[in-house]
Amino acid sequence: MPIQYYIGLAATLFCIGITGVLIRRNAIIIFMCIELMLNAVNLLLVAFSKMHYATAFIRNANTTAGSDAQLFVFFIMVVAAAEVSVGLAIIVMMYRNTHSVDVNYLNRLKN
Amino acid sequence: MNLIYLVPLFPLLGFLINGLFRKSLSKSLIGIIGSGAILASFIVSIILFNDVRTNGSMIVSYFNLLDIEAFKIPFAFQIDQLSVIFLLIITGIGFLIHVYSTAYMNDETNEHFGRYFSYLNLFVFSMLLLVMGANYVIMFIGWEGVGLCSYLLIGFWFKNNTYNYAAKKAFVMNRIGDLGFLLAVFWILAKLGTVNYGEVFASTVKFSASDITGITLLLFVGACGKSAQIPLYTWLPDAMAGPTPVSALIHAATMVTAGIYMIARSNVLYTMAPFTQTVVAIIGLATALFAATIALKQNDIKKVLAYSTVSQLGYMFLGLGAGAYTGAVFHVMTHAFFKALLFLGAGSVIHAMHHEQDIRNMGGLKKHLPITHISFLLACLAISGVPPFSGFFSKDEILAAAYLKNPIFYYLGAIGALMTAFYMFRLYALTFLGKFRGTEEQHHHLHESPSAMTIPLIVLAILSVVGGFIGIPEIFAPDAHMLEKFLHPIFAQSDSIKELHHLDRSTEWMMMGGVSVLIIVVIIIAWRKYSRTEQFVASHGIARTLENKWYVDELYDNVIVRPVTGLGSVLKNVVEKAGIDGAVNGVGRFVHYSSRQLRLLQSGQVGNYILFMVLSIVVLFLVFWNQPQIAHFLEKIF
Repeated sequence: MPIQYYIGLAATLFCIGITGVLIRRNAIIIFMCIELMLNAVNLLLVAFSKMHYATAFIRNANTTAGSDAQLFVFFIMVVAAAEVSVGLAIIVMMYRNTHSVDVNYLNRLKN
Repeated sequence: MNLIYLVPLFPLLGFLINGLFRKSLSKSLIGIIGSGAILASFIVSIILFNDVRTNGSMIVSYFNLLDIEAFKIPFAFQIDQLSVIFLLIITGIGFLIHVYSTAYMNDETNEHFGRYFSYLNLFVFSMLLLVMGANYVIMFIGWEGVGLCSYLLIGFWFKNNTYNYAAKKAFVMNRIGDLGFLLAVFWILAKLGTVNYGEVFASTVKFSASDITGITLLLFVGACGKSAQIPLYTWLPDAMAGPTPVSALIHAATMVTAGIYMIARSNVLYTMAPFTQTVVAIIGLATALFAATIALKQNDIKKVLAYSTVSQLGYMFLGLGAGAYTGAVFHVMTHAFFKALLFLGAGSVIHAMHHEQDIRNMGGLKKHLPITHISFLLACLAISGVPPFSGFFSKDEILAAAYLKNPIFYYLGAIGALMTAFYMFRLYALTFLGKFRGTEEQHHHLHESPSAMTIPLIVLAILSVVGGFIGIPEIFAPDAHMLEKFLHPIFAQSDSIKELHHLDRSTEWMMMGGVSVLIIVVIIIAWRKYSRTEQFVASHGIARTLENKWYVDELYDNVIVRPVTGLGSVLKNVVEKAGIDGAVNGVGRFVHYSSRQLRLLQSGQVGNYILFMVLSIVVLFLVFWNQPQIAHFLEKIF
């Protein structure tokens, strides 16, 4: 499959994520949108990785080109998992305090 | 000799003690410290005088004020015939004035009394520094010191704003002169690299003719400021705002004689600059006549005396300009005697009259103030130049020198001398003769002053009478001019540059006799006219102009003071407030305003922040869209 499709899909997912972050007020939805963006990037990294591998393979059958991108993907997944745990904890605490997961309440931290 | 430093040290100590402890010391102690310091200086001065008479001059250097490689300005005192004469005048007259002040200022509170005496001592100290210095820089220190002290003392009663104004006027006018003096010192320094008198006068050959003329003219500007000559004389009559003994000190012993001293000290330079000498003589003569005309119609007892001082100083400058340096110094000395006496006498009258200074409200004080009356009369005779009182000898010497310079100077000077006799006896007659014209209450309180005031009067009266005998002219007794012989070493160099002419004996007799007879006639006229005056009519015409001092103050006000203050207010309101303040405040206001607007961006809405972030990224993309790297990347992909 041509790389453009992957890029298109990843860009679409990323834009959906951004839009969600911008327009939704529910913290959990925003969180999910952030995950969506991260995974769009992951998808792109994997796609480029495969693309580089494919072009390098023609010249050298033993190539390892593109494997570093796949490593990055794992890193991102690990970081995302850590982020999810911290973020969900924040959201739980937020709900306990405000009985709401609306992020617009967070601007009242000063009180 | 190692006593020299004691002369200025005593007044300095007196100044410090009285100044620092004025609140805790009693009045009598303050008076004793203040007068005692000057008395001690006077005694040391007498010792120095004897020393100079036997051993000649001496220069003592203590340390270097400035020491930059080859260029040194030593802090050195020069005690020679000229400075020792001035030392005696300053400390001697100064001491009498201090003693007089202890009684005159007795109404003041403890603190002000102490302040007064500390200023007085500082004044004497500065003046001593001025005459003792061995170079122009030390002289300048003293020069500025007397300027400062005159400011402090003229504005002594600082709660009165008019007095403060007079003090400021004196200070500013002096500053104008000081600038000339300072420039002259720099000029000398630039040409010779030294300011020590001895070295400067020994190396005058290094000066070009224009250098000498410039330097002497600038020095003369300084002398004009300090010694109240046209056009910088108006501060001196206003200086009457200070307590009367201060006027005596300023007019007789210190301050105004500084200019005369400076020119007498620089006599070598002046003799080499004939143009400057002519300028000095003309300015001196003009001042003498101008001030005398004003004095004719003044009604304030102190104002008359003030203008007579300006006029007498004019005579001294006439003498200096005519090359009669001895005559000028002689006149400084005799003038110090009788002018101090006149002022102290006036102070005694004012004291008796409860601070009434208008002579139209006096009269007939002869009976009530016998000692003051007699001493005042003697002083009037002396200043008028009646033989054989002291003023006669000194004035005659100056007029004779003026005749040699130019006979016109002589005739004008003689007219001035007649005016002097007239206004002095107008003052005398209005004050002491006729009927009392004051209020009943004043009449009731009239009393002779305490002995602390009358004793200085008596001493000064004796000096005014006999003071002239140290300078008896040659036609009376050959070789009797003691002062000339004493001062000869100072003026020897000048005498060798310019051969002094001598008058014919017959001419001198004629001049002397003629002027003396005319003076006596004028005195009799004034006496008869004013001892009977009872009604004063408002003057008009020329008399009114004289009464208003030729409107010179108004002229200065309109021509100089108003435009300068106008310019000042323009600078203040437009340049300062709108320009500089506007720019500075504008920057502040801009930052304040913009921060107030920018603050709104930080709303605390997380969504907004993210929106801005996304928008910024999009903008960045758009901006860098055409960058080669990105273009290349995109090309590769699509």
